[in-house]
Amino acid sequence: MNFKRLGTIGAIAIAGTILLSSCAAATGSTDGEGTGSTLTGTLVGAGASSQQSAQEAWVAGFQTANENVTVEYDPIGSGGGRDTFIGGGSQFAGSDRAFKDEEIAEDNFASCVPGTGILEIPAYISPIAIIFNLDGVDSLNLDAATIAGIFNGSITNWNDAAIVSQNDGVELPDLGITAVHRADDSGTTANFTDYLSAAAPSVWTVGSIETWPTEFGGEGAPQTSGLVDAVTNGTGTIGYADASRAGDLGTVAVKVGDEYVPYSPEAAAAIVDASPFAEGRGETDFAVNLDRATDASGVYPVVLISYLIACNEYASSDSVDLVKGYLSYIISPEGQSTAADAAGSAPISSTLFDKAQAAVDAIK
Amino acid sequence: MTSTAAPRMRAKQRPGDRLFSGTALAAGALILAILAAVAAFLVIQGVPGITADPEETTLLEGTDFWTYVGPLVFGTIWSAAIALIMAVPIAIGIALFISHYAPRPLAATLGYIVDLLAAVPSVVFGLWGGNVLAVGVQPFYAWLAENFSWIPLFAGPASGTGRTVLTASIVLAVMVLPIITAICREVFLQTPVLHEEAALALGATRWEMIKVAVLPFGRAGIVSGAMLGLGRALGETMAVAMVLSASNVITFDIISSINPSTIAANIALSFPEAYGLNVNVLIATGLILFAITLIVNTIARYIVNRRKEFSGAN
Repeated sequence: MNFKRLGTIGAIAIAGTILLSSCAAATGSTDGEGTGSTLTGTLVGAGASSQQSAQEAWVAGFQTANENVTVEYDPIGSGGGRDTFIGGGSQFAGSDRAFKDEEIAEDNFASCVPGTGILEIPAYISPIAIIFNLDGVDSLNLDAATIAGIFNGSITNWNDAAIVSQNDGVELPDLGITAVHRADDSGTTANFTDYLSAAAPSVWTVGSIETWPTEFGGEGAPQTSGLVDAVTNGTGTIGYADASRAGDLGTVAVKVGDEYVPYSPEAAAAIVDASPFAEGRGETDFAVNLDRATDASGVYPVVLISYLIACNEYASSDSVDLVKGYLSYIISPEGQSTAADAAGSAPISSTLFDKAQAAVDAIK
Repeated sequence: MTSTAAPRMRAKQRPGDRLFSGTALAAGALILAILAAVAAFLVIQGVPGITADPEETTLLEGTDFWTYVGPLVFGTIWSAAIALIMAVPIAIGIALFISHYAPRPLAATLGYIVDLLAAVPSVVFGLWGGNVLAVGVQPFYAWLAENFSWIPLFAGPASGTGRTVLTASIVLAVMVLPIITAICREVFLQTPVLHEEAALALGATRWEMIKVAVLPFGRAGIVSGAMLGLGRALGETMAVAMVLSASNVITFDIISSINPSTIAANIALSFPEAYGLNVNVLIATGLILFAITLIVNTIARYIVNRRKEFSGAN
């Protein structure tokens, strides 16, 4: 009898909760209209972990402006992100490299209408700082060949002639160099070695790699924070990391043309404008052939570029408005400055913004 | 007399008895079921990794699975073995001090502190190892490389950050110390007082008494303690991943920048960016680790059983 009574009370309670919560949901939606946004639903993306902190900031900013929207970004890595996008598991992808020509030619993107191609925007541009720890030295001038020599183990002492000759007036100690690299597979390593192989091909002969070759030696450290810790705690150490994490460590000004350029967001964004778009691609495919060996002035060529990838024409129209809204927010000056604050990235130039905005507006 | 042919007495089964024996049986069976489930998962997910086409999996880089996992197996056993070589003598020393030398209040406090060491999370050990210990021992490594480079272990060149397999092994040694110490201490305390007093009465000093009475009695305990510690050292993940500067090589040099990684640390580092068949390859390395720990534990069981005559029964 007791159970019966409890059951009745329970039923009333459950019914009440449902009624109340449906009321709450209803009021929620009227509030949503109050902010002027008509977007609703869930947008799913996946991909590069390099974009993670920027994506978190974008998601927060976008969801604040559109309360009925949920954006999920799963930082499973670039390769996983591209596979998920191809398989139709996500509406957009983040990737540290653009799709290759042959991958686009296969044209098997599950979410997109066949034959309409894809949209690729280099929306996340992040300078990679070359950081070092030497007592009393805050900045060094190095050209690509010297940097490549340090990281491939052929330059082993800080007072090597190649380093001294580029740094008049800097007192360099007779101290062994410990070059620290990422122990885990990383887009930062891929972009850093891509720069070395483009700007110093005769010294850096292994091309753009994610896994460090054993014969080059050096220390391995996990993740960005592990690498920064190793450089900070070691003596005579040098490494590379996302510029937002350089902290008080010394940084290298990289030789471009005849001048030495220290990293800065503007100099990093400048390389995208100084580089040509990849040829033979669709109008909305802004894949960039980064010209890391450029001589253009004021360009910092050691950057990580990460793409936002979406369809030009979605097979299902459910998510079109969401994708448009979210991508517009990301490339907008507001979105870019949010990412700059959160992740230390470089805002895209207004030239790229104009082109990208037109492409996003054309999404169907 | 109990051996008469009287009909066997059956105790009356009360509901409480049945409930208890039932739940105890279920708990025992659950362990087997969980172990079987883990093993099944490792085999089902791992076999595609072992048979994977090397050209299609980025992790393997064109070599076959066994070439990939070889250095990892070596690194796992190598770092754990160095850790044990350092930890076991110290653990025996601490345990003997607590059980036979220290005044009682001090012994209790010391035992408590050693147990406390076991409660420190491995991530904390990793942070300490990478940011404090490695920095502290680096000058010592440089000195070793300078003066003892003729010994293959110290061939050098010494690491500039101190993040070597020796540092990782020191961290592992600290982590397994409390387990080995606790077991040794309990076993030493169980040494029959008669044995000890007999040795002392025959004119043995305290050290001789320990040598002839306590250590032989506790040998099985020391071995099983060491094997439990080895089990933990083999599987330790975060502390190694955070301390070790790892490459995929086999080397006996313990103070240079080039060190073999361990299976667990390699999974932790590679998994976040792994996709497709790479995940299966990593799970397959997990299967190998599972097999290694199983073998180690079996050997430990075998040694302990063979030495049964020294265990507490006599």
